[in-house]
Formats: sequence, C-alpha cells, structure tokens
Amino acid sequence: MTTATRGSVGTSHTRVEGRDKVTGAARYAAEIPFAELAHGWLVLSTVARGRIRAVDTEPVLAMPGVLTVLHHHNAPRVDSDYVGLLGARPDPTVALFQHDRVAHMGWPVALVVAETSEQAREAAEALVVTYDDEPHDVAFSAERQTEAYPVDSHAPAVVEKGDLDAQLGSSAVVVDAEYTTPEEYHNPMEPHAATALWEGGRLEVVDSNQGTIWVAGELANLFSLDPASVRVRSEHVGGGFGSKGVRAHQVAAVMAATVLQRPVRVVMTRRQMFSLAGYRSPTAQRVRLGADADGRLRALEHQSLNMTSSVHEFVEPSAAASRSMYGADAHHTASRIVRLDVPTPTWMRAPGEAPGSFALESALDELAEQCGIDPIELRVRNEPERGPVSGLPFSSRNLIACFREGARRFGWADRDPRPGVRRDGRWLLGTGTAAASFPSGAMPSTAAVTAEADGTFTVGVNAADIGTGARTALTLVAADALGVPTDRVRVRLGDSDLGPAMIAGGSMGTRSWAWAVTTAAEELRQSLAPGADIPPEGITVRSNTAEAIGALAQKERHSFGAQFAEVAVDPATGEVRVRRMLGIFAAGRIVNPLTARNQLVGGMIWGISMALHEEAVRDRATGGVYGADLAGYHVAAHADIPHIEADWVDDPDPDDPVGIKGIGEIGIVGAAAAVVNAVWHATGVRHRHLPIRPDRVLMADGDA
Amino acid sequence: MREFGYQRAYDVSGAVALLEGDGEARFLGGGTNLVDLMKTGVERPALLVDVRELPLDRIEPTGDGGLRIGATVTNSDLAAHSEVRRRYPALAQAVLAGASGQLRNMATVGGNLLQRTRCGYFADVTSACNKRNPGSGCPALTGEHHNHAILGASGHCVATHPSDMGVALAAFDAVVSYETADGPGELPLADFYLPVGETPHLETALPPGALITAVTLPPAPVAARSRYRKVRERASYAFAIGSIAAALDVQDGLVQDVRLAFGAVASRPWRARAAERALIGARADAENFAAAADAELADAKPLPHNGYKVTLMRNLVVAVLSELAEEATR
Repeated sequence: MTTATRGSVGTSHTRVEGRDKVTGAARYAAEIPFAELAHGWLVLSTVARGRIRAVDTEPVLAMPGVLTVLHHHNAPRVDSDYVGLLGARPDPTVALFQHDRVAHMGWPVALVVAETSEQAREAAEALVVTYDDEPHDVAFSAERQTEAYPVDSHAPAVVEKGDLDAQLGSSAVVVDAEYTTPEEYHNPMEPHAATALWEGGRLEVVDSNQGTIWVAGELANLFSLDPASVRVRSEHVGGGFGSKGVRAHQVAAVMAATVLQRPVRVVMTRRQMFSLAGYRSPTAQRVRLGADADGRLRALEHQSLNMTSSVHEFVEPSAAASRSMYGADAHHTASRIVRLDVPTPTWMRAPGEAPGSFALESALDELAEQCGIDPIELRVRNEPERGPVSGLPFSSRNLIACFREGARRFGWADRDPRPGVRRDGRWLLGTGTAAASFPSGAMPSTAAVTAEADGTFTVGVNAADIGTGARTALTLVAADALGVPTDRVRVRLGDSDLGPAMIAGGSMGTRSWAWAVTTAAEELRQSLAPGADIPPEGITVRSNTAEAIGALAQKERHSFGAQFAEVAVDPATGEVRVRRMLGIFAAGRIVNPLTARNQLVGGMIWGISMALHEEAVRDRATGGVYGADLAGYHVAAHADIPHIEADWVDDPDPDDPVGIKGIGEIGIVGAAAAVVNAVWHATGVRHRHLPIRPDRVLMADGDA
Repeated sequence: MREFGYQRAYDVSGAVALLEGDGEARFLGGGTNLVDLMKTGVERPALLVDVRELPLDRIEPTGDGGLRIGATVTNSDLAAHSEVRRRYPALAQAVLAGASGQLRNMATVGGNLLQRTRCGYFADVTSACNKRNPGSGCPALTGEHHNHAILGASGHCVATHPSDMGVALAAFDAVVSYETADGPGELPLADFYLPVGETPHLETALPPGALITAVTLPPAPVAARSRYRKVRERASYAFAIGSIAAALDVQDGLVQDVRLAFGAVASRPWRARAAERALIGARADAENFAAAADAELADAKPLPHNGYKVTLMRNLVVAVLSELAEEATR
C-alpha cells in the first residue's frame, strides 16, 4: 500500500461519469445498439373500464415491417402470484396481456413489433381494438372517505395513542382543517426504455431502472425463470423518482424477445408514461391539532385518504409521516385508500412525507397563528425527547438546530408576523417556514472490492445511479476506506450479476451501498501487506451487510430539515412567485457536497413545483389524464426558480460506518408547506388545496 | 412511418403553386406548432411546402408611418427590431412573453397567426373534438376548461387562440396580406378569424391555398405608449390564462385614444372595442377603467371553472391602464 489518503468523503467532486454524459459517450437504455433489433410499441386502451371484444390484428400484420402483434390471446403466460424483493406482491398491471379486462384508461392491450420504431408506431396507431365498455368511476374526493379502508404499507395504516376527543375537548386552541393534493407525476427526463434478448440461454435486459436485482427478480418470477438465468443492466438512468421498477415496457420486451427470438426494444412515450409509469395519488387529508394556549400540543390527529386502482392496493402513507414529528398525549394517525378505475399509483419522491408534510406543517402554521406564537418557537415547544408514538430514542434529532441556523441565515428574527402588510409594487410579500423529516435506513447489500495488479481498485456494487451521483459518492467512500486517491478507484454498478444490493429508493441507496463498500474495502486494505505483489487476477474481498444491519438497535432514525421561503403574490392576477428559498438539513454525513446540494435543491424545487404548478387533471368522462404531456403538466421552469440555497448542519449518524443518513427525498419534504405558509403571510389567505393556481388566489375568499 | 412529401419554395408564386389544389398540403414556417401536431397525429399532411426561404423576412416602414412585417420574419427578429420597439412596444413585449428563445428563433409571424389552440382535447387524438373532428363533440364544455374561452365561444367549441403576438396585432389594427393563385388579397385582423359558431374547424377567412405574405401595422401614435401583460401559471414557458395589450393616450386627465385587446379569452385575439368606446373622452381613472372592462365583459359567458377569467381580465384592464395613465402624467 501507498501512503494512506483520507478525506475524499466530504469534499466536492464532479460526477466521475460527467464527461461521458455531457459528450454523449454515456449511453442510455434506448440508445444502446443491438444487431437484429426489433421495436415494440405499446397499444393502450381507449376506455377506462370494460372488456376487450376484439383485436383486429390482420390488417396490421400486413403493414410494412410488422413482425407480430401480442395481445391477450397469444402473449406468453406469466405468473404474478409471488412476493418480490421488496416484500410485496406485484401490481397485477405488469402481468401484461393475460386477460380481456381493462382496469383503467391507458391499460396496455397489445404490443406491435416491427423492424423499425416508426413502423411499429404506425401499425400500433392503426390497430383497431374494440371493447365492451362499462361505466367507470375515477372521481376522487374527500367524500370518498365513506368507502375507504385502511391498509398497512411499510408503515401500519392506523396508529392510535391516547384519548383524542378528551384531549381536543380540553385544548385551549384547536385547528381542524382539510387539505388536498392532486395527482402528481414523476416525469423523469428519460422515458422508461428496455431491450430484451436471449443470449446463450440467459435472458438479458438492458433497462433504465432503480435496481437491477429487483427488476431481474420480478422478471424471473413473472416468467418462471431461474433467477441466475436473468441478467438486467442499467448503467445510466435519466431520473426515476420511484417510477422505475418493473413496468409494462420490460415485460412486453421480454415477451416479444421470447416469441421472436431476437432483441426487442420497448420505449414509453411521454404520454404513455401518464398511464403506465405510476404517479403520486391525490390525497385528501384532515388534520386536527389541539393545544394549550402556549402552543403545547395535547392532541394530534392526521387522517389521509388516497386512491388506488381496482387491481392493486397502493397506500400513500401521508399520515404516517406525522408519527415521528411532534409529541401529543393523544396521537392518532391513519392512512386509508379508495379503489377507483385508475392506474395504480406508486412511490414518488418522499411517498407519504411529501403530501403529509404539506398538511401537517400547514396545520402547525395555522396553530402558530391562532396561538400568536412564532412558527419556529411553536416547533421548539413541541420538540419530543423520544419518538412521540414509539417511545424509542432518536438516533439523532437536529431539527431545532436546522431551524436556528436557517432562521439566522434567512433573517427570520426581523419578521413581522402580521399577514398581508408587505408590498413591493403590485406584489404582496410573505415568508414561511416548515419542518422536514424523512426516515433514515439501510438495507442489506453486497459488494466486492478488488486490488488490481496495476495498483488501482475496482469496486463492484449493484447500486443504481439514477442521476443522484451515487457512482461518484461510492468512489469517494471507497477511496477513503482504501486510503487511496479517488483516481485509483473505479466503481461498477447497475448490473444484476454484481449481486444483491438495495435499490435506489427510500433515501437508502447510498447509505446501504456505502456500508457494503466500506466493509469490503477496509477488510481488503487490512489484508494487503505493504509492498506485497498483487497477482494478475487481483485480490478480491466481498462483503454482505445483512448481519450488521440486522444487529442495529431499534431507534427512531430520521433526517430532519427546516425549509424557508419568501413569496410574492399579485392579488390582482393571482400570480404567485417564489423569491428565495433556503433549506437547512440534518441528514447525516454528506459524502459529496456538490451532488448532495444538487439533490437537496432539486427536492426543494420540486416542492415549489408541488406548491404552485404540478397537477394532473383526470377527466371524469374519459377517465384519462387531460393534457398528458409536459406542455399540459406544468413543472417549475427556470424562471420560477429564484435564489435557492441548501446547506446542512453537522449530523453524522452514530450507527453508520460512514455516518450517512440519506438525502434523496428530504429536500421536497416541507418545501410546499413553507411556500404555502409564505403565501398566507403575504396575503392573509390560507390555501389548503394544491397547487395554488392563479384562479385559486383570485377567487379565494378568506380561506381557500 | 407516416410518409409525407417535402418541398422548399423560393418565391411566393412558386409556393402558392406547389400547394394549389392539394387539401392535404401545408405551408411549413418555423414548424414550432405544425411539427408538434404531426408528431401527435393531429395534423397528417401529405405535403409540406417549406416557405422559410421566401424573401418575406423584412420589416419595412410604410410610407404613412406604419410598418410592414414580412410573413417569415422570426419572432426573435420581430421583437428585437428597433422600430417595433419604438413605435409598438406592446408588440415586442408580447412576442417576448411567448415560448422560449429557441422557439422564437424558429417561429414566424405568419405561422404565429395560424397556430392552433392548446386545448388538451384538441391535442389528444383519442378524444372527441369538434375542431379536429367536426361533429364529434366538445368534452371541454363539461370537462376540463380552466383555460378556455369566456368570450365569443359557442356550444360547439370553447377553445382559445394561444398567440401573444396576435393580441398586440389586434390592438393595433393589423392587416394581413396574402397571396393566392388568383392574386393577392388583404384581411384586417378583425376579420381574419372566423366566428366559432357551429364550425370551429373553420378558423380563418383565408381563401383555400392562400399564403400569408405580410402583416401591416398602420400608423398609430397611441401605440408608442403601450404595454403587454401576460398572466400564466408559471413564470415562463406557458400559454397565457389571460393577457392584455393596451395603449393609452391621456391629455389633461382625459382619454384621447386607447387600444385594448385580450388574449386567452376567446377563439381569437379579442379586440375590446366596447371598453375602448366607454373610455374615449372619459377621465383616466381606475373607476372608469373598471367600468370599461365591465362593458367589455358584460357578454362573457364563463363555464363552471373559468369564471375567474372575468375577474382576471377586469383586474388586468385596471392595472395596466392605470400604469399607462400614471406614466403619461410623469
């Protein structure tokens, strides 16, 4: 070994694959060439509920280049009755073409495969599918609560502590408010794309996903294959945000590759992504807070309702997010679902926390207003010593440190609490704040670190770099564990043959992978005698973190943050523009400040977008999404994003070998609430329904 | 793939001849709208006649003090032109309020006037739409219509015209020149767009096969003090939910001349003549501005979810005219 080098972790480092990405050398799933490649185009239903009466394939099969049309009469059979890697049964929607039922508008009914993508598309658009239409129901609203039922997800659906009515009854101040969030879509820059082929008896899939071992496992289960005979690769991913698991495109590609015995690629269009790629369910939430006159909570109730499809139960656990935030003698939280004729929603950045924090942190602001207490002071007064419901100790909880640092940098001390009194020309100005939290966790992963004969090191870990900078972060982590400069470390990821590892999800990816990489790298470093020769095949050490992670004590483990926003509202036009935003986070040790800031700011921008722009409108007559493209579905554009800053306080996780907590999701949590609370401060009007569109501002009458 | 022909025209008569008699042919300007619609299948032309190389890319003063703007002048060049900015500032502002730098570099003046509505039902070929498929119905009436028309619409279509530029042109009495195989013609912008009625698929009064060659702005001293304000759901890269082009001349506190046109409220840029009539000779104050807006909006027929546009347009009239009046007294 050479002289030990440490200190890469914590130092800004541009993406190791950055040059390849900006020069186009990095290839994304739909760009990788294959000999004899055929192209599949998905055909989606034009009814929201019913049965397929007929698929008229004959005229389409006669069209130029068309190779086959797969549908429920001729597609290979699949088995969707299994429990996958994440401990859940698959959404039966991925069992493509197995029956004649249509469960939502845009349900996949056929795949047209042709020699070129253009031929496949033309034939797919010409394919006549007839249906026996049935009445559908897509009307989600708070009134559907009567048909709703609780379902446990990764968190229990219902948790109740204490006598809610009694505590509300003895509270000096009560906030009782309903909040709604609309359907929201991930819209990663890169659409879902997969190429499948059989090679030497193995199924090879080149895909864009958030976990190759996960997708490989799902495909092996679906097609009843030996897991070792499925290989999924996903080297570069243009965003996922929760939408890139097993989806119709991989299944369709595997089916067609199997039938045709040649490589087949299936790419979703942007419009198709609005029915095939998942979304965040709309929510209808009710929060009741009861407090003493000094703002100390006696009662906290958070109820959330979301919709799911008729074929699969997906819970957006918005109320669960409240369980670790604030203490109260009576603490009731429940997430319920109602089944409608819609696509199945899925995880979307900070599932639960993103909509849940909008409701809870808005309600806290309303309580602060009613009590006449500064919103930050209110949170200080309700800061719990231990988990408010679990009673478990926190691994670390630096929420108040975030508020203090944020308040100092944002200039909160000078804030006049009165709403609607600051003007800049036609604009009313206001500031708002909100708390953020997101669970911190690690899942068992494996890694292999090889000392090469040339003095470099190769790290193999089945991570997914979905644009987060994971590859770079793991390079820094490995370099420190090995005690070498980063340029001697090469990280391989995104290949199911690398072995089991956590997916990019739950803000747990980098922590889980870094744990495995550190374990293997440190062991390798200790085993290498100084000056010893490395054999040509190198020396490899493997790790598996299952045991270490299993031994972790039960604690409340979370990242925290404080969001601050200043907005301008033109009451004559209803326009709301964010002027500046600051987020201070306590989110474990920050591996790469450059990409971490990018992650956090990205989440905050999404929060602005959630507060002001994002909304998919489901047309009740057709059952489909109106304006299903990026012209119709508005996300914040450059001009909407002002001076925006993210920073952090020191908060290393004491139980993680690198000190990591995870930063993928917390940036969006609380961000919308900070904007909404600022709009109240600017105008004196509470907006409880997102997004705060101009028409909502214009027509607001007191409360909106 | 769907194949289509492509030909480039180098002179106006050649372009007109190439298109003549072919109902499936379209002129291609910047393609910023037509090509999108071809991708989604809304437009399926058999032939594109590319007119970008035609010698129609000049902006020239007319003898009487107006401007003649060639049909292939790009949006970027129009907004940057010093005489446009000096004599018709609202027009430059309107152009810059639309699209993005890249799109404005491509988009042409002629194409801008002919762009299609951004109604989501029109853009979705699986949906009914009387404009795209006459007689199939209008889902917007009972469906999503937050950004649909409040003025001049019908029970057959409530789509809006998306142009910003056109709103300023409407305020300044622009005249559209065109060429057909039978010779040239002219249409005042006020007559350029057809009423919606029962035929929303018929959008302009241009004769079949006509090529727009120029847009002429007559002299309008009032336009030198003019403004375009666009309200949209995000700060850029969005179509208006309401916009206004306004010009105001105030002498001794009284309105001498005024121009008002609204965007995103009707199937065409909406010249607010009732409001103008109410203002001529009136004292230039907020009360009269509001009364004028009310006179224009008296005929508004909002749908259940776009009634806010009546409030929005009233507020915009008051806000923008008040700004202009205040500047006049400085």
